[in-house]
Amino acid sequence: MYKEPRLLPAGDSALVVEFGNEIDPEINARVRSLTAALEAESLAGLIELVPTYRSVLLHFDPLIVQVDVLKQQLQELIANLGQLELPAPDVTFVPVCYGGEYGPDLNYVSQHTKLTVEEVIKLHTSTNYLIYMLGFTPGFTYLGGMDERLETPRLKTPRTHIPAGATGIAAKQTGIYPIDSPGGWQLIGRTPLKLYDPYSDPPVLLKAGNYVRFEAISPEEYKEIRKQVEAGSYQVKREQLSTGGEAK
Amino acid sequence: MTALLETITPGLLTTIQDRGRHGYQAFGMPVAGAVDEYALRIANILVGNEEGAAALEITLLGPKFKVLAPGKVSLTGADLGATINGREFPRWETVAVRAGDEIAFTAVKSGCRAYLALAGGIDVPQVMGSRSTYLRGKIGGLEGRALKAGDKIGVCAQAVKNIPLGTRLSPDLIPGYDPLIRLRVILGPQDDHFTAAGMDTFLNSEYTVTTEADRMGYRLEGPTIEHVAGGDIISDGIPLGAVQIPGHGLPIVMLADRQTTGGYAKIANVSSVDLSLIGQAKPGDKVRFQLIDVEESTRLLREREAALKKWATSLREIIGRSWQFRITVGGKSFATQVEEIN
Repeated sequence: MYKEPRLLPAGDSALVVEFGNEIDPEINARVRSLTAALEAESLAGLIELVPTYRSVLLHFDPLIVQVDVLKQQLQELIANLGQLELPAPDVTFVPVCYGGEYGPDLNYVSQHTKLTVEEVIKLHTSTNYLIYMLGFTPGFTYLGGMDERLETPRLKTPRTHIPAGATGIAAKQTGIYPIDSPGGWQLIGRTPLKLYDPYSDPPVLLKAGNYVRFEAISPEEYKEIRKQVEAGSYQVKREQLSTGGEAK
Repeated sequence: MTALLETITPGLLTTIQDRGRHGYQAFGMPVAGAVDEYALRIANILVGNEEGAAALEITLLGPKFKVLAPGKVSLTGADLGATINGREFPRWETVAVRAGDEIAFTAVKSGCRAYLALAGGIDVPQVMGSRSTYLRGKIGGLEGRALKAGDKIGVCAQAVKNIPLGTRLSPDLIPGYDPLIRLRVILGPQDDHFTAAGMDTFLNSEYTVTTEADRMGYRLEGPTIEHVAGGDIISDGIPLGAVQIPGHGLPIVMLADRQTTGGYAKIANVSSVDLSLIGQAKPGDKVRFQLIDVEESTRLLREREAALKKWATSLREIIGRSWQFRITVGGKSFATQVEEIN
């Protein structure tokens, strides 16, 4: 983490506040604090925020606010960040049906990691993963905290079609495909939940700064939950955590 | 909804766009919207719409439309050889169309994207507060896709203002789309990821727009720009007009459909007043980058906006009723308008 955050120009209508140059939960917590502070302040001319691993991109209207004024306001907010009480994060339980047609690469991951299929599932479902940021495609979450024993390289030849909900591993990362797309991750399972629905408000299920916990389900449960999701009757399971992502 | 146009042929890529989907980038949702926002806004002003109403963005090879009902239209941006019933469709001007007219696009003369606005604004459902088509996400516009033959385009309601036919944009506000483009850029946020030699190359070389140039971004070809230690960064947000330099050392200018975040170093960002120029560039056009500071860039933007506002507020409005006629005198056709005055 930098001693003082860096304010970097990004054209005449955007500004970057950068807290560090690493992927690190503490740096990301600063990102989250500034984002919360800015959301509470609603500064004149501020259009929207893009919080990422270690920085916040501020889109502003230079016809409404001068960049120097905005920088001054940011410096004041940053100076008082320490006193800001962040809301405790929550954890969203994401049911995943592992293996079979739902996770065609589960056996490969098991071979590569020299773990049994059961151990892979157990390790994958026993962590609260921090959602560092959303980006890349609508609703895609960059998760941190996967057990190193699960590390598996990407497919040599990416698949041309991966269905929404596919859950996979790519090197040190784990994640869920929010929309149908091509991709090279090792697919170990699939969730019946919709991570992205453009006609819902908000359009995405998960928020940066919160946590994800995977829960293993059977194919029968997958089909049942999927039916409820389609009907709009499924209640997503969420729990409050203490700051730092530990269960209360 | 009144259907105004029927699509006979859709053209290369014709989409419905407004000023974009703002407020959802934190969820990974790209902004989309008109690539040349300036041209879109003027097209709307000329037909009396709100500046951010939805219009058609027409790319290089234009579509052909049959007009189904009388209405007011305007065409701005690129000169794609547009005609109404075979006669020139004047750009940057308020124009009347009648049922049975045919609007066609015949040749790419200058620029890349034309904007066709209809009085009232195009009526399609809003998705996350915008009518813009985001093709990769399959949302907005018409079912999230480009126009196809048979599509009918309707307008919402009456325009906000009744602008007289023949209203023109003042000539000093009409941009030219030169194939030699000077793009003014503000350094950062990752200008410190480049060597002095790399920076020198960036600011003193000529780049060519490649065929990999679309609504998402423009890849340029030319001398490679040297990094200090590679082109990768920890993924962060990408503003409109960001100039990314990945490991291969060649610039990519990020436009309306850009992804919200990315992991390549951004050497600089295009000045707001020059975004139209890169958005109107075609494969083969030449680009040179020129340094500008934030203050100067903001001053230029304020000046342009003041001039645009001055023109827009000076426009005469028809307050009472009006009738439009087309009269033929000596084989020449004229659009006329009769206004009620007190």
